[in-house]
Amino acid sequence: MFKIVRREEMAEGTVVLNEIDAPLIAKKAKPGQFVILKANETGERIPLTMADTDPEKGTVTIIYQIVGKSTAIFKTLQVGDGYQDVIGPLGKPTHLEKLGTVVCVGGGTGVAVLHPITRGLKEVGNEVIGIIGARNKELLILEDHMKDASHELNVCTDDGSYGHHGFVTDILKKTLEEKDVKLVVGIGPVPMMCFVAKMTKEYNVKTMVSLNPIMIDGTGMCGGCRVSVGGETKFACVDGPEFDGHEVDFDVLMNRLQSYTNEEQECYDEYCTMQTAK
Amino acid sequence: MAEEKKKKEKIPRQPMPAQEAKVRARNFEEVPFGYSSETAMKEAARCIQCKKPACVDGCPVGIDIPGFINLVKEGEFTKSISKIWEMNTLPAVCGRVCPQEIQCEGKCIVGKKGAPVAIGNLERFVADYEREKRLAPAPEKAASTGKRVAVVGSGPSGLTVASDLAAKGHEVTIYEAFHKPGGVLVYGIPEFRLPKDIVFSEVAGLESMGVNLEMNAVIGRTKTLDELFEEGFDAIYVGVGAGLPTFMNIEGENLIGVFSANEYLTRSNLMKAYLFPEYDTPIIKGKNVVTMGGGNVAMDSARTALRLGAERSIIVYRRSREELPARTEEVHHAEEEGVEFHFLTNPTKFMGDEKGRLNSMECLKMELGEPDASGRRRPSAIEGSEFQMEIDLAVIAIGAGANPLLTQSTEDLKLNKWGYIDADEATGKTSKKAVWAGGDIVTGAATVILAMGAGRAAADSMHEYLTLGW
Repeated sequence: MFKIVRREEMAEGTVVLNEIDAPLIAKKAKPGQFVILKANETGERIPLTMADTDPEKGTVTIIYQIVGKSTAIFKTLQVGDGYQDVIGPLGKPTHLEKLGTVVCVGGGTGVAVLHPITRGLKEVGNEVIGIIGARNKELLILEDHMKDASHELNVCTDDGSYGHHGFVTDILKKTLEEKDVKLVVGIGPVPMMCFVAKMTKEYNVKTMVSLNPIMIDGTGMCGGCRVSVGGETKFACVDGPEFDGHEVDFDVLMNRLQSYTNEEQECYDEYCTMQTAK
Repeated sequence: MAEEKKKKEKIPRQPMPAQEAKVRARNFEEVPFGYSSETAMKEAARCIQCKKPACVDGCPVGIDIPGFINLVKEGEFTKSISKIWEMNTLPAVCGRVCPQEIQCEGKCIVGKKGAPVAIGNLERFVADYEREKRLAPAPEKAASTGKRVAVVGSGPSGLTVASDLAAKGHEVTIYEAFHKPGGVLVYGIPEFRLPKDIVFSEVAGLESMGVNLEMNAVIGRTKTLDELFEEGFDAIYVGVGAGLPTFMNIEGENLIGVFSANEYLTRSNLMKAYLFPEYDTPIIKGKNVVTMGGGNVAMDSARTALRLGAERSIIVYRRSREELPARTEEVHHAEEEGVEFHFLTNPTKFMGDEKGRLNSMECLKMELGEPDASGRRRPSAIEGSEFQMEIDLAVIAIGAGANPLLTQSTEDLKLNKWGYIDADEATGKTSKKAVWAGGDIVTGAATVILAMGAGRAAADSMHEYLTLGW
């Protein structure tokens, strides 16, 4: 069992942080890599990009949003409980290089994945501008962490309850106009990443996105996580999870993410009914 | 003497009782029930105990077949399993999935004039008897040598290496990337052909011999081979399987409802999606399912589709029936259950609805020309023969390639041009010191028993190295 040593709820309980005891993975993991977690015997294998690692303490941190039965089960796990299986580190690490000015754009729980990459880009000497967004102030996560990890942080909310009233792409556009941006990293919901990539393409600025498609083994064996990149089929688990945002076919990605919408809803509804009955 | 021989020939091969085809096509329970003690003894009496048994030559791990069959004939089932264990750690598995018709039974002398002795059924009987009764003493284990061996992958070849080397007194640790041991025996072969409890029981046998099992260990990511050596392992066996799905590279392959056989079977077998929503992993249950390919994996996929509720389950194969690489028995089982075969047909395009879900497939009719490099007649398309099929699930089972995850993280491991590990055919030795390899990552996709045979050869060579040096 992989024990949870720290647990926090964020964004009004819709997002949960788990710091998990997994020394082998913590020793090896680099920013951008992911783990696969399985809560119990009947559970699904869920891929999540790590939000942090502590090699000394031997822990990895994940931050997830409750979207269905599996994450609802994850949410029931308390400190001292654990995951039956945690596998990793998987995927290729982020390529961290000094380029000059870089912009890190994050939306929703994508900010959790963006944070270690932002920190890494700053550590290698880049001038880092952060832009993070959420639907409203309550749903915003890791603002302080992102402030520390970047030289300048911009915050946006869709409803204007905090920071800039509008989308992350508003600030991104302004930044692209004003500065000589060498790289943009965009991590968040698929539509956000798609809009970020479209915008940066106009400005011809290299853009990296981190994808989280449906996956089983995470080692290149099943091909379930295939994505279309530059017209070629790639496996997010071994070729990614990060890809050139200008090459990713977001329509295919979005579509494949809907593969089990009905089944997932059925399964989640049944679980919620059972929990309420209890 | 002559009279006794005559009498033996008169006993017909005992049929294997099995679930009725229409019934079993809708459940995941094992197809054959297995022999009773009486039937097993009757079948064993058909063996003529050849002085030079050809069946043993046909067995990749060299089981003393007449020896164990003679014990069955005498009702000494427990002694019989000990006899099998001398050469084979996984008899319950092999009795079920080995292609006996081209191995032991294919060489059986009795088979020259009639049906061969049902060696596979007898092996299965003996193994099942022991699993139920647990009377046999554990296989003997040599005194500890103090040497440590890491086995990467817990499929059939890895399990064989682990068992052989543990018996010789070495300390063995198996590393498995998945959360359950067994490799292809668990993620690939369906429950109705090989119940998973049987695999886990055989693995538990290894653990009781002192073999350590580390799950969730992706060698190449979690640890590298060199790190295993740094930890103090004296030798490593790599048996990670082929593990890279082959797609057809045709239009529409990323539509919802197109699966690699690896994904389809892993969801159903390892993740138990057939028990959804009791188990959380979903699977698409198609009404009109097409499986591309003609091997055992294709048969497993097509039969799984039926059990998941398909109205039609169709195998589309570009060559003809004669070229089907699957075992005859598997093809037979599939047909009995209602799987349809469309031979000389090749898909060219998948098409979907406005929601990106597969709804049809375009195919071309093929004809066979001259034999190709594989010796099979090369199929070529008949111009203008395009036609469409309405389908909502497609499973691509046209083979597997070499998964590069481990090999790419190991610089001094020589690979062949297809990315498989270059290993000595007789010993499994690789270009890297103290590293052996075997099974599908060396040969490309093959059978369980061939992987076990490679494991056996490598274990012998590793033992020699551990006791005498490289």
